[in-house]
Amino acid sequence: MNKIRTSEITPESVYLSRRRFMETVGALAGSALLPSGLLAADGYDELRKELTPLKAITSYNNFYEFSTKKDEVAPLSQQFQSSPWSVKVGGHVSKPATFDIDDLRKRFPQEERIYRLRCVEGWSMVIPWMGFPLASLLKIVEPTPKAKYLRFETLHDRKQMPGQKSGWYPWPYVEGLRMDEAMNDLAILATGLYGNPMPPQNGAPIRLVVPWKYGFKSIKSIVKIDLVGSQPTSLWMQSAPNEYGFYANVNPAVDHPRWSQASERRIGEFFRRKTLPFNGYADQVAHLYARMDLRRDF
Amino acid sequence: MNWLRRTWLLILTHVGALLPLALLIWNSFHDELTANPIQYITFRTGKTALVLLVLALACTPLNTVFGFRQVVGLRKSFGLYAFLYATLHFLTFVGLDYQFDPELLKEAIFKKRYALVGFAAFLTLLPLAVTSTKGWMRRLGKNWKRLHRLIYLAALLAIVHFVWLVKSDIREPLAYGAVVVTLLGLRLKTIRRTLVNLREKFASRRRGSDREAVKKLTEAAVTRNSCLPSDRPPFSKGGTSAG
Repeated sequence: MNKIRTSEITPESVYLSRRRFMETVGALAGSALLPSGLLAADGYDELRKELTPLKAITSYNNFYEFSTKKDEVAPLSQQFQSSPWSVKVGGHVSKPATFDIDDLRKRFPQEERIYRLRCVEGWSMVIPWMGFPLASLLKIVEPTPKAKYLRFETLHDRKQMPGQKSGWYPWPYVEGLRMDEAMNDLAILATGLYGNPMPPQNGAPIRLVVPWKYGFKSIKSIVKIDLVGSQPTSLWMQSAPNEYGFYANVNPAVDHPRWSQASERRIGEFFRRKTLPFNGYADQVAHLYARMDLRRDF
Repeated sequence: MNWLRRTWLLILTHVGALLPLALLIWNSFHDELTANPIQYITFRTGKTALVLLVLALACTPLNTVFGFRQVVGLRKSFGLYAFLYATLHFLTFVGLDYQFDPELLKEAIFKKRYALVGFAAFLTLLPLAVTSTKGWMRRLGKNWKRLHRLIYLAALLAIVHFVWLVKSDIREPLAYGAVVVTLLGLRLKTIRRTLVNLREKFASRRRGSDREAVKKLTEAAVTRNSCLPSDRPPFSKGGTSAG
């Protein structure tokens, strides 16, 4: 029960198998969104069976820009304007650029990635994202040798995001990654889920997904990405430095003052699961931290 | 009807205290417990327990300071309902959330300071609930009152539990904390006396001005009719019945 199947770890071949998926969102079959090559594969994996229902993914959201109550985010975010939208990429890059969201979608082939999402609060989901590797965007802007980290920023718009009227948090939401983390193939910029464009409550129109880190690292509704020389300070590091570190890798061995990190509840399941190091993606990412003391750099 | 007049407040208390539970059951049948029902039930029962605990603490000062004598009879009900919800809260956590798994619970309760103080608050309430009957009151005599002062400790522990539980924004738990501290402060002799004196002063001033007005009116009537013997004051001294 607690042992994670290797098939859950989403190797490339896994998200290519999509027969079951096509049953679910059959309407999409003819859509130009999916390269036809992906449709031919048959059979489906175990992870596919365990997808968290769309309703849960779109009704249980931590998105403090709208509300601190998870069930209030969806109703409060339905009017959110995610088009037109642009993402400004700058800092230590040779070719700074501002990308229109539609251009991004066209420019980079959208692939499906089924990832586990582990929230620091002790719950988790399995979500079929649509998106593209962050690395492909970085290649285009050409980071200079000075670029060591990435600093992401969420839209700051108190009119559209009522939660930002609260003076309690240092808006806008900021998150960061180290350069090698950002270049890892698992790190994607997601523009949709369940084959549809990203719902507002999940971070429309574009968000980061780094599945081996706690959910709060996967910053939503991104307007700005800067390549910087030193480690950026995220909103949560600033708000509660003793609780949230820069790396925030899923780690059952590092305690959090409130929530159990040893186990988690998968949304829709009754029994708790054991939490896996790096959320089960150790094979893909553990080498990034080989020389680090992850108890200190949590 | 007399019976209703005497007990309506108590009926309201029972209905009001059971309503959150009824609502929770209603919501669970209508799939309205969010995508994470166990955690949601934990939150709801915990919040209700805290509100009822605050209400139980409010009864005494409402009587001693503000003179609402009727609420004293509700104190026990509020306390017992608070315990009911605290029990549901605790059982949801250890039973539903952790399925009584001793290893996971050891970490979840003893390594998390918020859970530890919450657990302590529950354990503090336990003997109070057990000894809430008339029989135990008799058996314990003077000590009953002493024992039941533990509710102050339970309330403070519950507040600390709440403060340590929230992510970063501690405004809501602090608001509850302010209410609890106020209710405990109103029990201090000096604060209580000052407030009671103040209240009496206001009350007597109001009474005084009432008396003045009545006196004027009567005098006017007397001069008009001259039917009252002039050597007798229209109302007896103190004249509270005059109004």
